This record gives sequence, structure tokens and C-alpha cells, in this order.
Amino acid sequence: MRHHSFTSTRFTAGFGCFLLALLFSLFSLSALAQDEPAEADSLLVTPDSIPLEYYPLAPTNVSVSDAPNDAGGSIDVQWDISPDDVPDGKVKQYRILRAELIEGQPGEFAEIGDATAGATAFTDGNTEDGLDYIYKVVAVNSLTENNEVVWEAATESMPAGPVRSSAQWFDRQRVNALVGVILLCVFIIYYITQARAGKELFIRKIAGLEAVEEAVGRATEMGKKIFYIPGISDMDNMQTIASITILGKVAELAAQHETWLEVPVCRSLVMVTAKEVVKEAHSKVGRPDTFHEDQVHYLTDDQFGYAAAIDGMVVREKPATIFFMGEFFAESLILAETGNASGAIQIAGTAAPAQLPFFIASCDFTLIGEELFVASAYLSREPKLLGSLKGQDMGKAVILIAILIGIILETFDIWSFSTLFSVID
Amino acid sequence: MFVIQYFIPHYPFNRMSHWFSDWFAIILACAIVLGALNLMKISIQKVIKKKPGWGYAVVIIVSFLLITVIGLSEGEAFREPGTWFDWLYVYVYTPCSSTMFAILGFFVASASYRAFRARNFEATLLLLAAFFVMIGRVPVGDIISGFMPEGVRLSNLASWIMTFPQTAGQRAIMIGIALGIVSTSLRVILGIERAHLAGE
Repeated sequence: MRHHSFTSTRFTAGFGCFLLALLFSLFSLSALAQDEPAEADSLLVTPDSIPLEYYPLAPTNVSVSDAPNDAGGSIDVQWDISPDDVPDGKVKQYRILRAELIEGQPGEFAEIGDATAGATAFTDGNTEDGLDYIYKVVAVNSLTENNEVVWEAATESMPAGPVRSSAQWFDRQRVNALVGVILLCVFIIYYITQARAGKELFIRKIAGLEAVEEAVGRATEMGKKIFYIPGISDMDNMQTIASITILGKVAELAAQHETWLEVPVCRSLVMVTAKEVVKEAHSKVGRPDTFHEDQVHYLTDDQFGYAAAIDGMVVREKPATIFFMGEFFAESLILAETGNASGAIQIAGTAAPAQLPFFIASCDFTLIGEELFVASAYLSREPKLLGSLKGQDMGKAVILIAILIGIILETFDIWSFSTLFSVID
Repeated sequence: MFVIQYFIPHYPFNRMSHWFSDWFAIILACAIVLGALNLMKISIQKVIKKKPGWGYAVVIIVSFLLITVIGLSEGEAFREPGTWFDWLYVYVYTPCSSTMFAILGFFVASASYRAFRARNFEATLLLLAAFFVMIGRVPVGDIISGFMPEGVRLSNLASWIMTFPQTAGQRAIMIGIALGIVSTSLRVILGIERAHLAGE
């Protein structure tokens, strides 16, 4: 099937236009001459005069299928490239045409997208589930000047289809992630059960967490405040949840020592949660009367406004101890350096890798990454929580073994082991 | 639900994260009132009781009321260029924010000075790595090492440090963080960890 079009309004009747067309054609042929120099000399390009040899051969083996692992609304179109699709060949691009099948008859084909020369696949992401579609792939040869198409010659493939899109109930590309999550959950649940049964579990010492009690005690001895900064993320962030959990333990210690713990926050929901946690901690140690509503207070949602407010408080009030636990961004160093200059003992913990060096440089102790998440278990020494840490360690052991196997197999090019771990988002 | 929707692309699971995000955004928008009221309450109490630093509380109250009244009085077009709200944003808020951000430059210098002192073996390694990365990232690095073979010039050494040891270390931290998040999530889902709910 042949299909061609010619876009130029300059080739109209009249001598002037004819001359213009002649000049234009000669200019255009200098480009065409790359392919067919011998014949181009005698060619006069008019809408009906594109020689057959400028038409590329059609792409072959066009196949269509429902796009896998998606929520529907997508169809994959694949083809073998045209024999003319070679470097400096006749194929400049492919166009994809689609028609809806109505009562067994294809409707009008319409262009739905294009692909560059050399491409063999296209995903139509704009289909309606349950409807039948037919596709054609068009190989296009063209000449473009000043972003205007001078001429184009196109050849359509045989139609492919019908096909209909549908949604899938399971994303098979994520099987490996599912297996990993299940395995980790099994480890964690197993060790929690073991811990519940009374099995002794060894947990290595974490200096930053060992220092928590000492830091609170220091504030008590000095008669100064403790500041607890729970990061600048909201309650939908796991680091903030981990931070609030640690806050509970710190608040208990502070309440026991009757030391003022101040929690300036930058998110309203964090304020509400932190207030409840601190209040509960005071009740838990039998000192509900020592809790004050304004211990936990909101400052601002603005990142640098929050940093400025805390810096001001630190400089004016000179707290004995500052905790930075949670997710931080550029304000981390501004806060930690001000605290350092004020002479406070500082304990930080974050799972934001970019901020870790700043905290390490400015704070006395830093919980690196996962240590932030183990803090509550470590501080409470509850068997159930410690069991989950052991399960987590088993997960880490599995990953380490996988890395070692991967290094060996990939180094000797035995098998592409890393593909087992690739997850497509 | 979030875990399930990651593995099931079919409706309604594929929309769940959007729905939850929308609901969270709505709750946040409502909760901001709590924060603002808390800020005002504490600031007003500080002024009334003449607590230390009450002058700063006056600044907070005046700024809060000023921006709120101006924003509300200018209607829907309050963010358009030329409005009072826009003027305050461009000429007051933005310079203040930029100033805070700019201070970071000085703090990086002071923190680097402390971190790079060669007190022990690890700190010396850090100092050396930092030296090679910093000097390798500026043109003078290649001028100094121009006589050396291509592969060991300072820019290539800096790239090697960043691509291999640095990436390896960062990935190790990331793996630990991912496992920690799964473990914490599981503790929260199973109800073992309830401290964030003011539980045990």
C-alpha cells in the first residue's frame, strides 16, 4: 500500500511560482542526491512527481499486544524495521496509525504517534479497555528545510490486530521485590517469635544511643534545656515516625530527671503527635504534672524560617543537649553548626545520606541510616522489638551473600545475576 | 494498602496512593490551622507574661497578622505581581530565606575545618579523599597533574573516588536504610511499635 503527501503551497500556477518551484526543487534535490545522485538531476518535484524509488519499503511483521503489567489503557506495537532503515537510508521515521474496529469493520486510521528510524516498538498509552483496535506502521521518507516538510513519501505496513487493552492483577516485573519483602517479613516475624519465647538476642553497642542517657543527665546537671528537633518532614515519612518513637524514650528520661525538654516542630501534625508522645512519657514515669503544653510547639512550615527560629533559640537559651532526629535537608548544617558553637552536646540521626557528613562533622554522635530505625528497640530493650532487629540483620546477611555471589558471577561473566534484582518502576 | 498497590496495577489499587495522598493533603491543609493557632497562643502568652525574648514574639505576631490580613484583603489575585503580598514575598521573605541559605557557605567551611583535621587514621583518610576530590574538581587540578598519565590525573582520581568508594559506601547505607524502613513499617503494621501513637 502506498501513501504520499506533499506539503508546499509555493508550487501553484503562474510563471513566477514556477521559477520559484524550480529553484526550490533544485535546492531540495541537493539533499535527495545523497541517495540517488544520478536521477536527481532530472527530477522536478511536484506533488505527484515523487519517484517511486524515494518510497521506503514498509516495515514487516507488525505485531500488537496488550501492554503487560499495567493498569490498562496501553497497547504495545512491535515491528521489524524496513529494509530501507539503514544509516542515511530512506526511512526518516515511523508513524503509527490506529483504527477502531466497529462491528468487525475497521474505522478510519488516524496517526497516534511516531518513532525514530531504527525503532522497533511503540506503546500506545491512550486506548480504552475493551475496545478492539487495528494498527499500521508507516515508514516515512521526507525532506525538511527550516523546520518545514518539503516533501514526504510514506509506505504503510499490513494492518495488525485486532487487539484490546486490559488491566492486570499482578505486576510480574515486581516478583523479585515481592519475594524480597516476604523473605524479610518471614525473618522478622520468626525472630520476634523467638524473642517472645525468651531467647537471648545479642545487639551490638551503638555509641550514639548509649550516649542518650548521658546527654540527658548532662542537661540535668547543668540545669539547662534539652532541644529535640524531629526533622522537617511530616508524619507520612518513616524517619519522622522513627524520630517520634525516640522522642518518647528521651521524654521519659527527661521527665525522670525533671529536665525541660523543648520540641520545636515545623509540621502541625508532628506537633500534635509529639505533644501526645511527650505527655504520655511524663505519665508513664509518674510525673504527669511536669508536662507543659508549650514544651512542644509549632514554629513554621518554612525550611529556612524553621532553621532561623531554632538557631535563635539555641543562641539565646544555650541548651545543654540537642537531638536532631529525622529527615533533614540543607538546614542540617546550619542547625548543627549553631548547636556546636553554643557548646551543646549533640546527637543526630538521619537516613538522608546527603546530610550524614554534615552531622558527623558537627555533632558528637551520629546515628547513620538504619541506626535511626533501631533506636527505639535499642533504648527500650523490649524483646519483641529486638527480635525485629535480628530479622533485619538476617535480611542484611542475605543481601551480603547475594552481593558476593553477584561479584563472582558478574566478574567471570557466567550469568547476568544482577538482572534478578532489577525492579522497573 | 501501599504495599499491595505496589504489586497490583489493576483499579482500584492503582489509584489508592493518589487517594491517600489527596486525603493526606486535605488533612495537612486543615492541620495548618492547629500549628498557626499554637504559634499565636505561645507568642501571645510570651508577650503577656513578659518572658525572656518576648520582643521576638511581638515580631512573630505582627508579621503573622500583617501577611494574613494583606493576603486575605487582596482576594484571589493576592499572588499576582504588583500586589502588597507579592511585594512582601519578593522583598522581605525571599531575601530573608536566601540569607539563611547563604550562611550555609560559612558553616561548610567551619565544619570542614573540624572534620578534616588529621587527628587519627580515619580522619586522615577523610582529609586525603576530600583533598583529591576538591582539587580534582577544579581546573587547577589537571594543570598541576598535567605531566602525569591520563588515568591518574587529579580529575580522574576525583571521579574514581566518587564513582567507586563513595558510591559503594552510600549504597551500603541505602541498603541498611531500606531494611530499617521495612522493619520499622512491619513493627508499626503488626502493632509492636506504638510509641508514635503515644502507646507503649
